[in-house]
Amino acid sequence: MSLFEFLSQYWPRLLSGTGVTVAQFLLGAALTVGLALVFGLMKMSPNRMIKGSAVTYIELFRGTSLLVQLYWIFFVLPLFGVTLEKFTAGWVAIGLNAGAYGAELVRGGIMSVPKGQWEAATAINMSGARRMWRIILPQALVNMLPAWGNLMVEILKGTALVSLISVTDLMFQAKQINASTYMSAQIFGTALVIYYILARFLLTPFMRWLEGFMARKMGRA
Amino acid sequence: MFDWLLKDEWFPKFDWRWDYAWEILPRLLEATLNTLIAAAAGYLIALVLGLVFALAQRSDSRILTFVVREFVEFVRSTPLLLQIFFIFYVGPQFGITLSPWISGMIAIGLHYSCYLSEVYRGGLDSVPKGQWEAATALNMTTMQTYKRLIIPQAIPSAIPGMGNYLVGIFKDTPMLSVIGVAELIHTANSIGSETWRYLEAYTLVGVIFLALSLPAAGLIRAFENLVRRKLGM
Repeated sequence: MSLFEFLSQYWPRLLSGTGVTVAQFLLGAALTVGLALVFGLMKMSPNRMIKGSAVTYIELFRGTSLLVQLYWIFFVLPLFGVTLEKFTAGWVAIGLNAGAYGAELVRGGIMSVPKGQWEAATAINMSGARRMWRIILPQALVNMLPAWGNLMVEILKGTALVSLISVTDLMFQAKQINASTYMSAQIFGTALVIYYILARFLLTPFMRWLEGFMARKMGRA
Repeated sequence: MFDWLLKDEWFPKFDWRWDYAWEILPRLLEATLNTLIAAAAGYLIALVLGLVFALAQRSDSRILTFVVREFVEFVRSTPLLLQIFFIFYVGPQFGITLSPWISGMIAIGLHYSCYLSEVYRGGLDSVPKGQWEAATALNMTTMQTYKRLIIPQAIPSAIPGMGNYLVGIFKDTPMLSVIGVAELIHTANSIGSETWRYLEAYTLVGVIFLALSLPAAGLIRAFENLVRRKLGM
């Protein structure tokens, strides 16, 4: 069977797998951004309790691997009465894991904003929250976007792990097709190329565009 | 209001059993050793191959630079899990059968060599150009210049990145469980399927990972400072 015949037979399953992968990525990325923002800000809090809980979250999820977290959430959490459906368990684990890395990026981005900006905002009588939201965060965002591009690719790659709890993503479909056809080079090769296209020709250009867009909005380009 | 929290069927499974945890601990510690060996072997491959990729991207040949650059990008933007499957299953199709251990080491080594090549590249680029000119003035060959001048000076700025990826490799070894390498997650899976108790096994695996990777991160920072001081930086 040539590669073309192979693809014409299996493209619907690969396409549906890609759809699930993209859905996992989008949900996981959204959760990552939310958690990163919350815990990144919490880690900068002067309050010891708030800071401590952020540090605990970050170290816990950066110190263990995504696969361990995924299994724990899927197999152990139900014993505590929280049963997540496998699709949900997948993107929640990805978001929790990447959120810990993202929180460090948020903190780094905020710390990279010059001190004068804080002082100027205080001088014109802005409240703490207003200063953060209107002055500091937009500048921090521009500074940290390049690092977020890398994290987004890591999130996309991380979604492959959800296949291990039987979420029918691209990796899962590739494994299934491989098990029934033994055409490993064709199927795994195709899956590699699909992941590569998603990362290199969709995700990375989008993040680059976003960098440029934000820089223009901030009047830096 | 919280009645739903108190369903009976949850509680029989909810109990953490210390005696059981003790019972499975030796097996998990043995698996920890396997995990560490896998991480160390993968890291060694990555260290060497990464340097090769980094130097290849600095060569004068445009074609070599382009091919290596694209290869590194490809490996960096595709999932390690898929690469592990690819290497393990594609070999036999062409008559090369690799054991799970070997293909796992190759996959992890190759994946991280691409990350490390970027770290090396950053380190090599950080060496001032004057060093090259001085070496040329002293009539040193390219090989000698790299070996005696450039690489030793590139190492300090590469150490943080190299350390981070050592911890990264350690945390990615659980993926080798999918092709049957008996590391931590693989062992926890088999314990779970034997007894239908997942709580202790997976929790202990998480604790072992934390107990090893947090101190490792601290040690790497200390090592970084030591090297900087030794080199008078």
